[in-house]
Amino acid sequence: MPLHVAVATRAFKRYSTYVGATLAGIFTNCVFGVIICFVYIEVWGSNPDAGGYDVTDAVTYVWLGQAMIMTVAVWGGGSPDDLAERIRSGDVAIDFYRPVGILGWYLAADLGRAAYHLLTRGLAPTVIGGLLFDLRYPPDVGTWLLFLAAIPLAVTVSFALRMLAALTAFWLLDDVGPRMLLGFAALFFSGLTVPLVILPGALRDLAFALPWATFLQVPADIWLGKRTGPEIVEGFAFIVGWAVVLLTLCAYVLRRAERRVVVQGG
Amino acid sequence: MAYPASFWMMAVGSFLMTGLDFVAIWVLLRNVDDLGGFGLAEIGFLYGATGLGIAFADLFVGRVDRLGQMIRMGRLDTMMTKPVPLLVQVCADEFALRRFARVLQASIVFVWAATYVDWSLPRALVAAEMVVSGSLIFFSLFVALACVQFWTADSSEVANAFTYGGNQVTQLPMSVFPSEIVKALTFVLPIAFVNWYPALYILGRDDPFGLPKALQFASPVAAALFLGVAALAWRTGVRHYRSTGS
Repeated sequence: MPLHVAVATRAFKRYSTYVGATLAGIFTNCVFGVIICFVYIEVWGSNPDAGGYDVTDAVTYVWLGQAMIMTVAVWGGGSPDDLAERIRSGDVAIDFYRPVGILGWYLAADLGRAAYHLLTRGLAPTVIGGLLFDLRYPPDVGTWLLFLAAIPLAVTVSFALRMLAALTAFWLLDDVGPRMLLGFAALFFSGLTVPLVILPGALRDLAFALPWATFLQVPADIWLGKRTGPEIVEGFAFIVGWAVVLLTLCAYVLRRAERRVVVQGG
Repeated sequence: MAYPASFWMMAVGSFLMTGLDFVAIWVLLRNVDDLGGFGLAEIGFLYGATGLGIAFADLFVGRVDRLGQMIRMGRLDTMMTKPVPLLVQVCADEFALRRFARVLQASIVFVWAATYVDWSLPRALVAAEMVVSGSLIFFSLFVALACVQFWTADSSEVANAFTYGGNQVTQLPMSVFPSEIVKALTFVLPIAFVNWYPALYILGRDDPFGLPKALQFASPVAAALFLGVAALAWRTGVRHYRSTGS
C-alpha cells in the first residue's frame, strides 16, 4: 500500500513540474468555458427546462465539464500512454518481472496525475467561472464529499478504458487508432459535447448506461442535487460496477498479453 | 504510409472528432427552435465556412506550432541554408494527408447547408471570398501565434485557445453572444470576418447588432490585416533568432 502511495505521489510531483503547460491549459479551459456558457445561456433562455436543468445548472455543468476534462483524461493520456510506449520498445518485459502488479502500479500513477489535474485545471477554471457567472454549488458538506468521492472512482473507470486501448499495442504495433476512437467515444458519451440529459430519447438511455457517463454526468448530477438519497447510492453502484468490470477485463487482457510476450521469447 | 490501418483509423477518428461539434449543434436544436435566431441550415453554413477556413489553414500550416522544437533541435539553421523561404519549409515539414479528413468533414456540412441558400452571382463571389479570407485569417493566426516560440520555449496550448477557440466561437451565430464580445471580435480580434459578416450577406440577414452593412464585404481587408501582422511577427522572430547568434 505505501508503495502505491509513493507511486501516486511521484506521478503528482512529475506533473507538477509542467507549470507553463498547466497555466496555458487553465487559460484554454476558461476561454472554451466562457464560449459554451453563452451558448447554453441562449439555449436555456429559449427552453428554460431543457433536460430537467435550469440555466444555472447548465452553466455550472459547463465548468464542471472543463474541470473534469483533464482530471478524467477525456482526451486520453495519463499512465497508460507510458505503458503503451514501453510495449512498443519492449521494456514492458521487465515490468512483468517486477513483484508489483502492473495494473496497481499504473492505476496509482494515474490517480496521482488526476489529483494534480483536479487541483489545478479542475479548481482554477471553476473558480474563474464562478466569478464570471452565477453557479450552483452543493448545498451541504455531505454533497461536496460525495462529489469528491465519486471523482477517483470515475478516474479509475477512465484509467481502465485507456489501459484497454493501450494494451492493444501488444497486438497492433500502433495503438494510436484505438486511442483516438476511444477519445472520440469519451468526448461524446461523457457529456462533454452536450449534457447527456438533453440527448434525444434512446440515445440518452444508451449514454446513461455506458461507462463514460461516470466521467462527468453522474458526478455533476450529484453536485447539482439532481440525484438525491437512493439515486446517489445507485450512481455510486454504477461507477463502482463499471470500474470492477473494466479492471477485470484489463487484468484478463494483461494476462493474455503476458503469455504472448513469454511465448515469443521475452 | 507506414501503417495503413492506423492511418485510416486516425483519418476516421479525425473526421468523427471534428464532426462532434456539429452533432452538438444538432442536439441543441432539438431542444430549441433556433439559436440566436438562426436555424440548423444557416448555422450549418456558418459552421461549414469556419470549418473550411481552419481546415485549409491547418493543411497548409503543417506543424508550425512545433517551431520551438525545430529551433531546439537546430533544424531551423539547416533550413536557413536552403534557397526556399523559411516559412514555407517550416510549414511543409509535416504535410499530413489525414488533415484532409477535416477539410472533407467541413465540406460536407458546408455543401449541405449551401443547398438551402438562395444563390446569386454576387453571393457566390462573396462565398468564395469568404472561404479564402477565412483560410488566410486562420493561417495568419497559426503563424503569428507560433512566432512566440522564437522567444519562449513553450506556448502552443495558449495558441490553441485562440485558433480552435476562434473556430468554436465562429461556428455559432454571433447573435448568441453579448454585443461587447461581438464588437471585440469585429474590431479588436477580427475573427468574426471568417464567416459571420459574409454569411449575413449570403443568407440575406440583417445585422442583429445594427453594424454597418459594409462590414459584410470587408473580410479581405481583415485577412490582409491578419497577414500583415503574421508577416511582421515572422520577420521579427527570424531577425531575433539570427541576432542571438547560433
